[in-house]
Amino acid sequence: MRVSRKVVWLVLLLFAFGMVAGCGGKAGGGKEAAAEEILIGINAELSGAVASYGSNARDGALLAIEQINEQGGILGKKLKAIERDNKSSADEAMSVSADLVTKGIVAQIGPLTSGNVQGCTPVMMDNKIPLIAPAATAVSVTVNEKGETLDYIFRVCFIDPFQGTLMAQFAYDNLGARKAAILKDASNDYSKGLADYFKKTFIEKGGQIVAEEGFIKGDRDFRATLTKIRSLNPDFIYVPGYYEEVAPLIKQARELGINVAIGGGDGWDSPDMVEVAGKANLNNTYFTNHYSVEDPNPKVQEFVKAYRAKYNKDPDAFAALAYDAVQLLVQAIKDANSTNPEDIKNALANIKDFEGVTGKMTIDEQHNPVKAGVIIEFKDGKQVMNTRIEPK
Amino acid sequence: MLELMQQIVNGLSLGAIYALIALGYTMVYGIIKLINFAHGDVMMVGAYVGFFSVSMLGTNIVVAMIFAMLACALLGVIIEKVAYKPLRRATRIAALITAIGVSLFLEYTTIFFLTPQQRIFPQGTFPVQDYSLAGISVSNKDIFIFISAILLMVILQFIVKNTKTGKAMRAVSEDKDAAVLMGINVDNTISVTFAIGSALAAAAGVMIGVYYNTINPLMGILPGLKAFVAAVLGGIGIIPGAMVGGFILGILETLVSGYGNSLYRDAVAFGILILILLIKPTGIFGKNTGEKV
Repeated sequence: MRVSRKVVWLVLLLFAFGMVAGCGGKAGGGKEAAAEEILIGINAELSGAVASYGSNARDGALLAIEQINEQGGILGKKLKAIERDNKSSADEAMSVSADLVTKGIVAQIGPLTSGNVQGCTPVMMDNKIPLIAPAATAVSVTVNEKGETLDYIFRVCFIDPFQGTLMAQFAYDNLGARKAAILKDASNDYSKGLADYFKKTFIEKGGQIVAEEGFIKGDRDFRATLTKIRSLNPDFIYVPGYYEEVAPLIKQARELGINVAIGGGDGWDSPDMVEVAGKANLNNTYFTNHYSVEDPNPKVQEFVKAYRAKYNKDPDAFAALAYDAVQLLVQAIKDANSTNPEDIKNALANIKDFEGVTGKMTIDEQHNPVKAGVIIEFKDGKQVMNTRIEPK
Repeated sequence: MLELMQQIVNGLSLGAIYALIALGYTMVYGIIKLINFAHGDVMMVGAYVGFFSVSMLGTNIVVAMIFAMLACALLGVIIEKVAYKPLRRATRIAALITAIGVSLFLEYTTIFFLTPQQRIFPQGTFPVQDYSLAGISVSNKDIFIFISAILLMVILQFIVKNTKTGKAMRAVSEDKDAAVLMGINVDNTISVTFAIGSALAAAAGVMIGVYYNTINPLMGILPGLKAFVAAVLGGIGIIPGAMVGGFILGILETLVSGYGNSLYRDAVAFGILILILLIKPTGIFGKNTGEKV
């Protein structure tokens, strides 16, 4: 008994020393880092359901950091990334953020999905550290339920419905469409949002919406609605749904002899499209997306080349957006001439005409970038970039 | 006018699909008075068996359909022995709830093993030809599915009315206890009923898979419910009724989408179910048979 009591005391004593030493070490480390390095937290989905989003985004962000350090860093300091896996879960994303903010980061890049970003939001708001979401497209990410902008949350991707605006511009200006029909997934907010923005812009430009019809997730038979649309003779059909429904829909449209252009959003982006709808049926169909590796813009090609050289694979939209997120942060640090998170936040909110890989962007009052998108066209079953659309 | 004709063609091919599923539904109900809610999911399993036989064994569509029918006949018998037989003397609601359980079991077992992702029938499984008759588009798959539905109905009607097994089925349907006294093996007869019903579902599953190109583990739910409406509309338990109910439902849905609002289509389908149950629960072909004492 005596011995064990001694041991207990000894352990407690050691523990107390450890705590003091630990704290001291931590504080010292933080100070040191603040002196020569700027710490950026990367909170990404490196495992779990959407691991591919997170790992590609991490690669894109690290490439940006490496390039900036090669050019000598900013404000005389090098950037240093602290990457953490949030396991594709909102809870985990929150604890990762809670850990990152104690490490002295100036800003956090990620997570990728809207839900996971929303998991981190309270932590970032409480600690007053900016978060830049590369790919969270849900409208609610940067605003609270009262519609007020969340001060510390930013993103570099356009919000979902904005794709409707871009497609309306493309259909009206590039395809010369004047009478459009809309067929939306009425059970899905993403699809309804795209359809609303498309309708608004198309009518503003002077076009006419001849039909607005709906379907619901899981539908496989669209012939009745398509026959109705056929009789109205539209010169463009907008179908902002997901590929599960859109692919059979396009197939049936072509089978019914509807050969006009059909457009949609990034929900179309799947290899299943070609398999289900067939190569020939997909000709003359277009969808909006964030970015394309084929974009001839020199800035894009430079990025693609550097990414391929470093990772030996093509950068996808997540890699490009995360790359832009880091570059945007660097721009804000330069503008603010400070690494204080508060100053960075103010600079981020005022960014104008920032040239990113995924387009020129201006951050609006809701912290959404107003920026360009690309139009991808299906040509004999291949996705080919058609054009880049600048918002007007 | 042209548009109306096209819509009716659309409706007939949609209706043929409902009719195909409704046939199996109505037969099982006719014989053992059980609404087999797992029917749509047996159809889904059939579609998967057909899919794997085409994509992995490289068989043609006819062989795939035979495989699917055999596999599902067996599955149907197993489901009956495991889930429904122990409840034969229980209340009908107990059997009904069990059927819902079987339905969920099939759906989520498939999701567990085969993932919820859709699968795509390989291109060329069924070489599609589109015809345009005076401006009306019809494809050979529409004609194929339409003829299959009618053919299967005739065969089924023949089995039930003109064979010994069919006679046994009808006897069991009328009075189980009396059938036993007449020397009919009730267990075997019910097994055969389930085997045939499930094989029909499998045939429908493969056809739907080919027709829409894609299959997924939850593909049986909505068509299954619609087929149930079709069966009730025609008079549940009556084989030609399922057929007619399927076609009427298909055409009605198409007309609602084509001339009304496409989003009211399902509401109309299930509205019909409610109306039929209120006004004429025995369905179009049903006769009111008074209980004999």
